[in-house]
Amino acid sequence: MQLHYLTAHQLHDMLVSKQISAEELTRAVFDRIEQVEEKIRAYVTLTQERALNYARLVDKARLAGEALPLMAGIPVAIKDNMCTKGVRTTCASKILYNYIPPYNATVIERLNEARTVMVGKTNLDEFAMGSSCENSAFFTTCNPWDTNRVPGGSSGGSAAAVAAGETILALGSDTGGSIRQPASFCGVVGMKPTYGAVSRYGLVAYASSLDQIGPFARDVTDCAMLLNVICGHDPLDSTSVPYDVPDYTAFLTGDVKGVKIGVPREYMGEGIDPAVKEVIKKAIDVYTGLGVVVEETTLPHTEYALPAYYLIAPAEASSNLARYDGVRYGYRAKDAGDLVDMFMQTRSEGFGAEVKRRIMLGTYALSAGYYDAYYNKALKVRTLIKTDFDRAFEQFDLLLGPTAPVTSFKRGEKVDDPLQMYMVDICTLAVNLAGIPAISIPAGIVDNLPVGLQLIGRPFGEGDILRAAHAFEQNTDYHCKLPE
Amino acid sequence: MISIKDVEHVALLARLTLTEDEKQIYSKQLSDILEHVHKLQDLNTDGIQPTAHVLPLKNVFREDRVGEHMPVDQVLANAPDRQDKFFKVPKIV
Amino acid sequence: MAQYEAVIGLEVHVELKTNTKIFCHSGTEFGADPNHHVCPVCLGLPGVLPVVNKKVVEHAIKAGLALNCQIAAFSKFDRKNYYYPDLPKNYQISQYDLPIAEHGCLEINVNGADKRIGITRVHMEEDAGKLVHQGTISTTPYSLVDYNRTGVPLIEIVSEPDMRSADEAVAYLEKLKAIIQYTGVSDCKMQEGSLRCDANISVRPVGQAELGTKAEIKNMNSFKALHKAVSYEIERQIEVLEDGEKVVQETRTWDEAQGETLSMRSKEEAHDYRYFPDPDLAPMVIARDWVEEIRAGLPELPDERRERFVSAYSLPEYDATVLTGTRELADYYEQCVELYNNPKLVSNWVMGDLARMMNISGQEIKNVRISPAQLAKMLELLDNGTISGKIAKTVFEEMFNTGKDPGQVIEEKELVQISDAGLIDKVVVEVIAANPKSVEDYRAGKEKAIGFLVGQVMKLTKGKANPGLVNELLKIKLDK
Repeated sequence: MQLHYLTAHQLHDMLVSKQISAEELTRAVFDRIEQVEEKIRAYVTLTQERALNYARLVDKARLAGEALPLMAGIPVAIKDNMCTKGVRTTCASKILYNYIPPYNATVIERLNEARTVMVGKTNLDEFAMGSSCENSAFFTTCNPWDTNRVPGGSSGGSAAAVAAGETILALGSDTGGSIRQPASFCGVVGMKPTYGAVSRYGLVAYASSLDQIGPFARDVTDCAMLLNVICGHDPLDSTSVPYDVPDYTAFLTGDVKGVKIGVPREYMGEGIDPAVKEVIKKAIDVYTGLGVVVEETTLPHTEYALPAYYLIAPAEASSNLARYDGVRYGYRAKDAGDLVDMFMQTRSEGFGAEVKRRIMLGTYALSAGYYDAYYNKALKVRTLIKTDFDRAFEQFDLLLGPTAPVTSFKRGEKVDDPLQMYMVDICTLAVNLAGIPAISIPAGIVDNLPVGLQLIGRPFGEGDILRAAHAFEQNTDYHCKLPE
Repeated sequence: MISIKDVEHVALLARLTLTEDEKQIYSKQLSDILEHVHKLQDLNTDGIQPTAHVLPLKNVFREDRVGEHMPVDQVLANAPDRQDKFFKVPKIV
Repeated sequence: MAQYEAVIGLEVHVELKTNTKIFCHSGTEFGADPNHHVCPVCLGLPGVLPVVNKKVVEHAIKAGLALNCQIAAFSKFDRKNYYYPDLPKNYQISQYDLPIAEHGCLEINVNGADKRIGITRVHMEEDAGKLVHQGTISTTPYSLVDYNRTGVPLIEIVSEPDMRSADEAVAYLEKLKAIIQYTGVSDCKMQEGSLRCDANISVRPVGQAELGTKAEIKNMNSFKALHKAVSYEIERQIEVLEDGEKVVQETRTWDEAQGETLSMRSKEEAHDYRYFPDPDLAPMVIARDWVEEIRAGLPELPDERRERFVSAYSLPEYDATVLTGTRELADYYEQCVELYNNPKLVSNWVMGDLARMMNISGQEIKNVRISPAQLAKMLELLDNGTISGKIAKTVFEEMFNTGKDPGQVIEEKELVQISDAGLIDKVVVEVIAANPKSVEDYRAGKEKAIGFLVGQVMKLTKGKANPGLVNELLKIKLDK
C-alpha cells in the first residue's frame, strides 16, 4: 500500500492504531518526493529535517499516551506565500529570494497546535499573480496528469503536490480562483472559505480584500478536517470574523434530499469548453438522482466580474507590493547611485513581468483623475455582483457550475496574452468579489485530464457546500482517479 | 489608450524602471486590458454604494497594551545593508 | 506700493500619548535605542496586518471635542501611497475623505482683539520613522534608518486659512497646544517632535477676494521659528509680487540658521498619493453614547477656566490668561489657592517669583520642587509676620532650589522675623546714637532721612526685623 496516496482520515486511523508511525509516514512522503519531484517541481523549499523532528515528537507523545489532536502527524505542504518562522518564504519572487520571516502566519501556528508536519513550501505564480504557475521566478510546476501541461495557479505547487502524492494535504490561497482552479486542473479537492473565516495574518498580501487561505485535499472529508484546523477568529487580523466554527465533518451525512441548487446560466454559456459542460451536466444528473432540486438561475453581472477584478486586485496589489524596496529585507539592486535609483532598480530587477504589469495597472487605476472612473466604479460593480449572489441565495442553497472553462492547458500556451490567461478565471473571480465560499471537486475526466465542479455557498455556508460535495463524492469515483 | 508617456508616469509612481521595449509592451498590454475593463462604463451605477469590504465588520479595536518587541538583531536580520542598530540606505538626493 | 494681506493656514501634527503604537503593540517611549520599539507589524514585514488601538480613536475624539468639532458617525482609514525609506510599507495609513472630526474652531486673542479660527478637520494617522544623516541630507554619503517612531499615533489638525499675521499664527498654535495639553491626549513637546507645525501661506492685495498662490512651509521647530518663518515668507512673497513676478506653488523649508525659507527642490514628480480605503481595516461606526461618554470626561478647557478664574478669584484678565496657559500651571495655582485663600497674592507669586525662577532654570511647572502646599505655607508665614516680604523672597529661592519646607529654610537660615519690640528698640537706640547727622536731618524736616535709619536697623538685624515695627519705634524715638 502506498501511504503517500492515502487520505488524512485513513492515515489518522493507522496512526492512532499504531499501524504506522508519523515518522514512517513522513519518510514515505519524502520518498515519494524523491521519486517524482524532479518531474513535478511542486516545491520551492523542502523542510525534511524539520518535518522528521516534528513527526518524531508526535510519535513520542503518542507512545507516552498523550492526548493528541486529530491531525497529529499528518504531512501538510504550505504555499510559499505564508510566513513560516525560520523557513525561507519567497512568494516565488526574486525580490524575496532570501527572506526568512521572524514569525509564523496564524494558520501555521494553528497547524503547529494541531501537530501536523510541514513538508515544505510550494511553488506559485509570483505573489500569487497568475493562473498557471508559469509566473514563478524560479521554475514552472508541472501538472502530474500531463507534465507538458500547467498545474493551474496560482497555488499550482500545492495542487500538484497533493495530486502527485508529494504531501497528504496542502494549504493554498485564493484571490480570484487560485485554489479552486489548480484543484480543478490537478483533480483534487480545493476550497476557498468565506472571506474572514481564516486569518490572513502572515499571508503575504496580494489583494487584501479578496485573499483567503484554504485547503487542498484528496477528498471532502480531509478538506473538512483541515478546515476545522484553520478556521476561526484571529485578533491579529481585523478582517477576521468572530464566529463559532462548527465541526465541518459533522455536515458529511450523505443526505442532500431536498437541497436546492441553482445553475447560473452565465457559467454554462459561451466560452466554456463543451466537454467541460458535458461533465457538469452529468454532475447535475448525479445530484438530481440524489433528490436535489436543480434549476437554472442567473447572475446577471457575471461578465463584469473580470473587469472589476482586474481593477480592484491590481490596485490593492500596487499598494501591498510597495514595501518591497530593498531597505529592510529581500533583494537589493547593486550599485544604485541614490535612493530613488535603488528603489527603482531593486523593484525592476526583483519583480517579474506579470507582477509589474499588475502594479502598473493598479497604480494607473488609483492615480489622480482615474479613481472614480476605474477603482470606485469597480467597487460599485462589486456591490452589484454581490447583490446577484444575495438574490440567488434567497432561492437556492448552493450554486453549481464548472470551476474553470477549460482543462489544463500546455505550458507557454497563454503566457504572451495576459487577457487570455485572465479568462481562465472567469468562473471563480466573482466568488472572491462577493467574499463567499466555494469548493472545487473532481467531477470527470476529459482527454485524460481532470475537470472540476464548483459549488458556491452562502457566507459561512461551508458546511452546506461540504455536505453536497461529499454526497457527490460518495456516488462517484473521480476523486479516486490518480495521474499515471 | 495608454501612451508611452502614461506608462513612464505610472512607472515612476510605482518606482519601476522600464526598458524601451518594456514600455512598448506595457503600453499595448495595458491598453488591451483597459479596453476590456472599459466595459464597466456600460453599467449604470448611479446610487450604488461602493463595496470596499464585503464583510459587515466595524469597530475592530485592540486594547492599548504593550506586547513583545523584536530583539534588534532580529529586526535587522534580513537587512540588505546595516550599520550598528540601523538600516543603511544610499543617499537620499 | 499696494497694501497686501497674508492668508495663513496651519497643519499641526500632534503625537498622541498612548502606551502602544496605532496599529501594533510596540511601545512608544521617546528616546529608546534605534530600532528598539519595533515588531513585525510596524516594520512592515510581508504578511502583517494592522489592528487599531482603541485608545487612539478615543484620544482623537477627545481632541476633536475639545476643538469644538463634529465627530463623524462613520469614519475609516485610507492608504496614502508614496515612497520614502522612513515609511516601511511605502504607504501611510491615514484618513482621507472621512476624518474622525470636522468643522471645529478655537478663539485667539491678539493685541486685545478676539478672533475665531476655524478648524477644518482632525484625522488620525501613523507617524514615519527617522533618517539619520552624516552632516546634511544633501552631503551625506548614505542615510541610516530607525523605525522606533514608525506607527506612533498622530492626529493632524488642519485649520481654515483664517490667520492674517505671524502673531495670529503663533497665538493659534499656542492656543491649540494649550487645549490639547488640557485634554491630556498629548504632551505637545515641540522639541521632542510631539507637536509639529507646517504653514500654508499666501498673500494678496487687500480687497482682493481670490486667494494668492500658496507656499507650504515646513521645519519650524518652535514658536519663535514659526513667527520668524511666517514673517519672512510673507515679506518674501510680497517682494516677489512687487517685482512683477509670480509666487510658485511649492514646499519650502525654514532654515533657522540662515533665517530664511528655502525651496525644497526634488526630482520627484507632482504628488499623487493614490488614496484608497485600507482593505485591512474595518470602518468605524462611532456611537453617539461613546462620544458623549468621552465628552463627559473632558476636563475644563483653557477658555472656561480663564473665565472662571476671573469670576471666582476676581483676578484680572491678564493674570487669568497667563495662569491658565497650561493645565499644570492652572492646577498648581488652584491647589495653592485652596490652601491659602488670597487669590491675587498667590497669582503675584506664581506669575512673579515662580515664573522668574522657572525661566532662569529652564524648568517646567511639573518639575518645580516647591509644592503648592509649600508655597501656601510660605505665604501663611509671610501673612502672620514670621517672615518679612523681603525675607520671603530669600526663603522662596531656597525652597525652589532645594525643595525644602519653608519652616525648615527659615530655621536653618535663622530667618525668623524679629517682632520683639524690646530687641528692636535696642538696635534703634544704637542706630540713633551712631547716626547723629541723619537724626538731625529728620528733625529738621527731611522726613526721607528716616529711610536711611530704617535701612541701618535692618542691616544690623540681617533683614529680620519687622519693618513696620522698626518704623514705628524709630518715629517714637525721633519725635520725642
